[in-house]
This record gives sequence, structure tokens and C-alpha cells, in this order.
Amino acid sequence: MGELRLMKGNEAIAEGFIRAGVDAYYGYPITPQSEVMEYLMAEKPEERTGMVVLQAESELAAINMVYGAACTGKKIVTSSSSPGISLMQESFSYIAGSEVPAVVLNVVRGGPGLGDIQPAQSDYFQSTKGGGHGDYRQIVLAPSSVQEMYDFVNLAFDLAFKYRIMVLILSDGAIGQMMEKVMLDEQKPRLTNQEIKDRFDSWALTGRTPGREHNIITSLDLDQENLERHNFHLQKKYKEIEENEVILEEVSLEDAEYVFMAYGTSARICHKALQIARKEGIKVGLLRPITLWPFPEKKVKELASKVKGFLSVEMSAGQMIEDIRLAVEGKTKVAHFGRYGGVIHSPEEVVAALKSKIIGG
Amino acid sequence: MAEIKLEDIIKPENLVFQKTKLFTDKPLSYCPGCGHGVVHRLILEAIEELGIESETIGVAPVGCSVLAYEFMNIDIAQAPHGRAPALATGIKRVYPEKFVFTYQGDGDLAAIGTAETIHACNRGENISIFFINNGIYGMTGGQMAPTTLPGMASSTSPYGRDVASMGHPLKMTELVANLPGTRFVARHAVHTPALVRKAKKAILKAFENQKENKGLSFIEIVSNCNSGWKMTPVKSNQWLTENMLEYYKLGTLKDE
Repeated sequence: MGELRLMKGNEAIAEGFIRAGVDAYYGYPITPQSEVMEYLMAEKPEERTGMVVLQAESELAAINMVYGAACTGKKIVTSSSSPGISLMQESFSYIAGSEVPAVVLNVVRGGPGLGDIQPAQSDYFQSTKGGGHGDYRQIVLAPSSVQEMYDFVNLAFDLAFKYRIMVLILSDGAIGQMMEKVMLDEQKPRLTNQEIKDRFDSWALTGRTPGREHNIITSLDLDQENLERHNFHLQKKYKEIEENEVILEEVSLEDAEYVFMAYGTSARICHKALQIARKEGIKVGLLRPITLWPFPEKKVKELASKVKGFLSVEMSAGQMIEDIRLAVEGKTKVAHFGRYGGVIHSPEEVVAALKSKIIGG
Repeated sequence: MAEIKLEDIIKPENLVFQKTKLFTDKPLSYCPGCGHGVVHRLILEAIEELGIESETIGVAPVGCSVLAYEFMNIDIAQAPHGRAPALATGIKRVYPEKFVFTYQGDGDLAAIGTAETIHACNRGENISIFFINNGIYGMTGGQMAPTTLPGMASSTSPYGRDVASMGHPLKMTELVANLPGTRFVARHAVHTPALVRKAKKAILKAFENQKENKGLSFIEIVSNCNSGWKMTPVKSNQWLTENMLEYYKLGTLKDE
């Protein structure tokens, strides 16, 4: 039986962590996502499911608690906002290199530096291209509603364990702070230690089971030939993800001559802009990537030969537009319309930008 | 006198020492004369004697002992530089019944990882921290460490550590002994057989404390780095006795 509640995005995802049977949350306060840990602490998940919630001394410590615990095959999560996520990048690289499953939430705020505490989408590069060192990828999910904040917890863990990879839920200050109705599902039980051993004993640190080799979680290999082989293996995995895990939403694309491309909060603005433009007789559709990596390259390629132009609507100075351009390969017009530093576009100005930058541009 | 044959000597009843089964067969990467190998052995012997090898999860650092996971035949993770106590916290909190330890050098624990060390100690995590202090960054080629003694030369303090500009050597063990979260804090050394036996007892106690849910045990081992100090192993142990142990006094600082 589902349960309908009115919740903030940050609260909904925190409730999602508990109901998904997450084993531990390690975090550090930062606006605009502190409600995640506040909600968890108030809910006493230790009593509800036995889930651990611990406030760390820094984002560095938080992500490394996540890394350690994720090495054991348990379901582990943290959350932060842009400056805190920057601090965690080193460990994202370790998590990628040593192939452990983990989930991280970034409720993005304006940057660079300490920036502000308003919603932004200026962490797209960092999220999809790798803010840490080395050739690595992480799956990036972009919710655009409170319901999706909640729903993407299970999706993120499914993908994280399927590929032993980090999944980043890339939200923003608007989705985190706004209240909407959300349908909650049943409590999933946490896996028992025996179930974890049965499923993940081939790699996880569960204590060396008699009869098996010791399990080692490391990202180090001082032999360059071996490290190259490891990188080949990672790239093969990333290719498989690119081929199989793209998720997107299409709105009114069937007859579209123009395409808004946007995710998260800016996709919500584009929904409204689309309605305004359609009333004016402009045939515009919306392509909303739900996975930012893997990027919906094939869909963009397919549309590129049909439409007259793409408008990348981002709360940034233009980051996703680079992926659109790469996929479009010059076949049609691509322009960017951004508001940044924590400012959100109005639907009217998005329509005006479509007219000036694409239709008339 | 009757001739003594080798096969008469090699008998189980004559066996006085053997390599613990928890050592893998990989040759140690440490310089001959270094204390790391001895401390590895003591930790592994303690785990074997307590019969907890399938219940133990270790965390290796960055530094000379970064490859500790190659030598220790237990489940083990390798942490980013300085973050071993955070990994150990993460592991222990989701597996409170397991034995969790970190193995860290002085650069890892007392410089880049100071915050993680102090906060894990202050929270009283029920883990064991084994801290090997040789007063230098060995792996990267002998640079000044937070624990390098005043006046001691290193590749980044070639004229000796000048405390006025480079700061003072950090006594982490004294520092964490002051925190209410720690239960057992001691400083040992392993350059004589008698000291090796004492260190072993402390390491055993650190694991036993976890079993009794007593909280954090912090064992510093003052060790030599003959390569980094540019001395023979024998000379480095003399120097350790005359200099390191003057500054880093051996003994139990706290046992509650």
C-alpha cells in the first residue's frame, strides 16, 4: 500500500533512504540540503530499520566513511551540496577505481567558490566529466520533482550494485527545498549479513570467509600494464552502461521543429515554456535527460537530422550544451540560454530566447 | 660425538617459531632493517591467536605501508591518504561485531589525516589504530614529517628541522590520550626482542578491547627508517634509542 504525503524534496529523499533499506548515511551539514540529515536523525532510523546515521567532522570524512562501509557490500549513502561535493571528489575517484557501489546526493547551489545557497545547475561538468583524477565515470541521475527525489533512491542503488559504480543524484536547491505531494512505497527490508555474504562474497569485505582468498578493495596497481588492463575493464563497463542505461523523458517531440533540452528544475520551466510557445503556434518539444551520464546521445543524433534547432536551457553558463553539440555534429542549430548564480529562468524568457537564438537567430 | 643430521633437528617438537599463517607469501616491500615487517607480524599473530581472522577487516594507509593489504591475509581496504580512521568508522558502524583496525604511518595519521584521527578518537569508535612513527615520509623519499625531531635533517629540511619556521613535532599519542573517547593509549617500540614482546601484548589488548566494546585503542610504535635517515639498520636503532625515545617516551598513557 502506498502512502501519500506532502514533503520537501530533501525530506522525501531521506525517507526514501530509510524505505529503500539503506544501511548507513554519513553526512556533514551544508545548505540547501541539511534537511536530509535532520530528517533522518529525527526519524530514528536506528529504531525503524537499524539504519546507521552519523554526522561526520567534514565532507572528506563523510565520503570516506561511505567508501569504507561501501567496501563491505552494504547500501551506503551521503548527501551534500556543491562546495561539499567538491571536497569529496578525490574519494569519488577511489570509489570508481576500486569499483564499490555507493550513492551520493548533490543538492546543487550557485558557484563558483562558496557561491550562494540558491538553486543552480553549474555542477554538470563536475558530475558528468569527473571532478576527480583519472579516467572514470559515475552514473548521474537528475530528478525534476519531489516524487523523483524519492523514486530515484531505489533506481540509484539498483544501478550502483548492478555495475559496482557510484551513482550521483544531481538535484538542486529548488527541488530539495520545494514541497510537493509524494507517493511513498512499502518499507524494503535491509539485507542481513548472511544475505550480503551470499550475494557479494566474491568481492566485499565481510571478513575472510574460510576457504576463500582474502578480499582486497584498492585502486592501486603499481604495474602499469595491469593498471592499463584495469582501465580497459572500466571503459568496457562504461560502454555497457552507455548502451543500456540511458533514461529520458520526451514531451511533444513527435511533430517538433524545435527542441528544448533541459533537466531538473530548468526542465520544469521548459514544460511551461513549451505550453506558451505551442499556444503561439511554435512547434517545440522537450527532451529531458534523466541520466546525464550516460547522456542520451542517440536520441539527440536522431532528432538532429529532423529539427531546426536545439535550445539548451540550463541554470549554468552552458555546460550540457557541449554534449548536445557533440551529438548534433553540426547538423542543426544549437544555442544555450542560461541564468546562473542561483537565478532561475522565467518560462517567458525561455520562449523569448527560443525565438531570438534559434528561430530568428 | 655422534653426527647430527638435519632431519633430526627439523621436527615439530623442536619448532620454536614459525611465520603466522596470516602472512601471505608475498615478499615484504620494506627495506631490510625497517620496523614495519615486525609490526605487521605482531598484528597478524594477534589476530591468529585470537582466532578472529574471518571477523577482521583492516584498513591500509598511503605511505610505505600502502601495500599492507598484499601481505595481510585478511579482508582489507586501502584508504585515501589520511582517511583510514574514516573508512574504519564507516565499516565498524555497519559491522559492530567485526574487528576493525587501521595501520597508518606518521605522515598519514599526524599530518593529512589529523582531523580524521582526532575525531575518530573523540567519538570513541570501537576500533584499533596502529600508528607507526618513524619521523619521516619514507615512501616519497625521506621528506620532513609532522613527527620529524627538532634539528633532524630530511630532504625537505636539509639543514635540520627549524621549529621556529617549520613547527614542532606533533605528539599525537599524548594528544589523543587527552580525549574522553579513547580507552587504551600506549607508545611502544620494536627494535629489541623485549620491546617486541611488550608491543605484542598491547596489540592483543587493543583487539580484546574491541571484543569487550571498550572503545578506541591507539597504539603508537616508534620505529626506524634506516633508508630515510640514511643510516645502517644498526646505527638507526641506536639513533632511535638516543633521540626518538627521548622525545617520544615509551609507556602506557591511558588504560581505562
